[in-house]
Amino acid sequence: MNRQIARVAAAAMLLLVGLVVATTYWQTWARPALAERQDNEIQRVAQFEIERGEITAHGRRLARNRERKVAGRTLYFRRYPQGALTAHVVGYSTQSRSRAGLERSLNDYLTASNQDLSDFVETSLNKLRGKPVQGNNVRLTLDLEAQRVALEQLGDTCGAVAALDPRTGRVKVIASSPSYNPNLVERRFDEIAKIGAACSPAAPLINRATWGLYPPGSTFKVVTASAALDSDRYTPASTFVDPGYCIAYGKRVNNYDTSSPFGTHSLVTALQYSVNSTFCKIGQALGAKRVLEEAKDFGFYEAPPLETPESERRASGLYEDGELYYPKRNSDVDAGRMAFGQERLLVTPLQMAMVAGAIGNAGILMRPYVVDRIVSPAGEIVQKTKKERIRRAVEPTTARDVGEMMVRAVQSGTGTSAQISGVRVGGKTGTAETGIAGRNVTWFIAFAGPEGERPKVAIAVVLENQTSTGGATAAPIARAVMQALLDSTANT
Amino acid sequence: MSARNRELANLILAGLVSTAAFASVTIALEDEVAYGSLVWVAVFAGVYLVAHLIARRTVPHADPALLPLAAVLSAIGLSVIYRLDPDDASRQAVWVVVGLAFFVGTLVWLRFDYRVLERYKYLFGLGAVLLLLLPSVPGLGLEVNGVRLWVEVGPLQFQPGELAKIMLVVFLAGYLRDKREVLAQGRLKDFGPLLAIWGAAMLVLVQTSDLGSALLNFGIFLAMLYAATGRALYVAAGLVLFLGGAAALYNALDRVQQRVTVWLHPWTDDKVYCSLNGLMEYRQNCDSYQLVKSLYSIANGGYGGTGLGQGTFTSVEGTPLIPYLNTDFIYSAIAQELGLIGASAVLLVFMVFVARGMRIALVAQDGFSKLLAVGLTFGFALQTFIIVGGVLRVVPLTGITMPFVSYGGSSIVANFIMLALLLLVSNRAGAAAAERR
Repeated sequence: MNRQIARVAAAAMLLLVGLVVATTYWQTWARPALAERQDNEIQRVAQFEIERGEITAHGRRLARNRERKVAGRTLYFRRYPQGALTAHVVGYSTQSRSRAGLERSLNDYLTASNQDLSDFVETSLNKLRGKPVQGNNVRLTLDLEAQRVALEQLGDTCGAVAALDPRTGRVKVIASSPSYNPNLVERRFDEIAKIGAACSPAAPLINRATWGLYPPGSTFKVVTASAALDSDRYTPASTFVDPGYCIAYGKRVNNYDTSSPFGTHSLVTALQYSVNSTFCKIGQALGAKRVLEEAKDFGFYEAPPLETPESERRASGLYEDGELYYPKRNSDVDAGRMAFGQERLLVTPLQMAMVAGAIGNAGILMRPYVVDRIVSPAGEIVQKTKKERIRRAVEPTTARDVGEMMVRAVQSGTGTSAQISGVRVGGKTGTAETGIAGRNVTWFIAFAGPEGERPKVAIAVVLENQTSTGGATAAPIARAVMQALLDSTANT
Repeated sequence: MSARNRELANLILAGLVSTAAFASVTIALEDEVAYGSLVWVAVFAGVYLVAHLIARRTVPHADPALLPLAAVLSAIGLSVIYRLDPDDASRQAVWVVVGLAFFVGTLVWLRFDYRVLERYKYLFGLGAVLLLLLPSVPGLGLEVNGVRLWVEVGPLQFQPGELAKIMLVVFLAGYLRDKREVLAQGRLKDFGPLLAIWGAAMLVLVQTSDLGSALLNFGIFLAMLYAATGRALYVAAGLVLFLGGAAALYNALDRVQQRVTVWLHPWTDDKVYCSLNGLMEYRQNCDSYQLVKSLYSIANGGYGGTGLGQGTFTSVEGTPLIPYLNTDFIYSAIAQELGLIGASAVLLVFMVFVARGMRIALVAQDGFSKLLAVGLTFGFALQTFIIVGGVLRVVPLTGITMPFVSYGGSSIVANFIMLALLLLVSNRAGAAAAERR
């Protein structure tokens, strides 16, 4: 019988060896694929065992952790003490692993998974010691006081404010209205879904400052004027005759105010009073591609290089059927209408703030950034953002001349309500008519700084569903935010 | 060194392993070695020491490795159960004590000659069938998770199947020893007993809806039949009959059907009908929820595991991720916390146990002893394979226990009785060898 017993024994052993093989399969070969699965709750819990880095701005915490013991283990839950104030930049991170804003794009830093080998040894040791993984802290450039002013000024109006320091590219304000309280995303999302505003859909989760696309209206004339001067075919003193309209493709395109044509005037006056027909002529003379090349120098046709997720930023330029579009030939585009901001042009507020900033900064376009530095839990600097020049957008003389025209527009033109006493403010209004009453998109872009110095602030304000003009609606908001920014930079 | 002194040395080793396991669990859970918890370890060691001392008197020549191996397995089981639910662990500890009492009782009762059991073989056979069918008696049986494996008498619940398995082995050992020469001829009429047992297995399958216990008992029968007769044809015919029978009954048994579907396709990309709530759900969120969560748990262990007490078994809200983690799915907890290295080590302990058991069968002197040892040992191996294989998606998942490790009184008691029987068989062969020397 012993031969049979030996065979039965071999069979029994084979069964158990099979179990070792199967265990090996699941724990090595199949492991990565299982970890990726959405319903793998263990991986979800693992995210909460990491003490996520804090996000701060000038010492105030925008995202922090709340420690809680659950079934004998310490878990870290995310809180946003400032609520809706910086929701669109900071974003959120939830249990279901959905993330937005910097919480999403900087997740690797915030969870310390960006580490090199020596850090890896360190965290492995900490794991053995039972210490939680600590993420890196992120410091932002945002000015919370100005941010608060911007959101307050926007109120129930749908729109956005983007402001930056044109000398460095430090982004000071990214405000999008309506905003939302990121603390509600996790469990009370229905309250966010219910948020209403003076536009439909209210879409509070969207960052209108970097993702919202709006027709630029007359603010684009800053780009056209720059192209005109850079082409050396025009000077600020070039004269034009305004008939009150412009003929484009055999059709009349009227000025905003047709009651009194400007007659003979200079380029300076044209920008100061936003004369459509003149820019129409310049556009037709330069050709669409020449103007668009100038726009590209300001950063158009690329999403502004901010640290927020790529999916939350969009490029400015001509759009066709929802896609960014660049014409092959000049004749593909109505250069006349494009030159004063119509045609199929769509732009983001951040891009327009960059345009105003480059003009204010003697023609140099600086790379915008909102992350000042990333600091390890031990206080070492992991990464510090240095100011970086993207390119020279316009010639220095062009920047000086266009800047002067914008200053005049504020002093005694369309943008007078942006004046700040003792401060040199240059701005350009914009009113894009959608053809439906009460549905205008109004703009104000500007730079501001003390007399005789480089401007410290560049700003773009956009408002949806307006009945009035940019000068009447957007310029006062820009004024208030610039005032707040200049007050706080004066103190530091 | 005598066999019993080697056993003592092995037990001390097992005690050290157990202390380390338990200490690391308490450190992980309470950040310190709680003094009170070490008392548990001492009590545990004391009980095994008593069992050892009784073994010294009753089975001096028996195999020295089996009792320590059982000690290691029950200590790992207790540590993991303690880590999952301290209350369950104290109940399980009581069951280990009760199991060891049965162990000692069996040794003392059969210390002169266990072969008296052979005389009552038909009684055991009848008992086995009755016990297997007990859960399907109305008013007595208890349906847990769609399977009728439990019996409830007053406050007491137990799984009679565990005990039935041992009785079946005793019956088969006696019966096959009698009939092996006749059956070894392999004539057509000799297939009678095979068909009878197959019929009984099918009946049990229909009554309990549990593929696992039917497969286990029929597998034990085939292994013993082969050992007794040496006829592979019986094994082949038996497997064909079993699979054919199970396939024929497949459509009638919803529970079996569901288990097989879950086994073959645990994940679906589209929503399918969910039998739990009658809605359309992804299968991983419904019928195969348990299996899938358990696989995630195993995979999370990787090579080295998370460490005892460091695994993730609860959600962010603190609710358990895997139902029945203590019993059916204890292997998935072990695999996560001890990793590939630790889980393989635990399986290695099972293998050593099986190797020792089979060795006892080889050196035993008479047919009854050989068949008894081979049946008990193969049953031990097959049971481990069915439950762990079920958790690992090697075979369809069924609700039987992992010997010595899983939480559950009936299982612990039955396994200690099995251990006592193996030691008795081993002792007899050992004593004969000692006499010859």
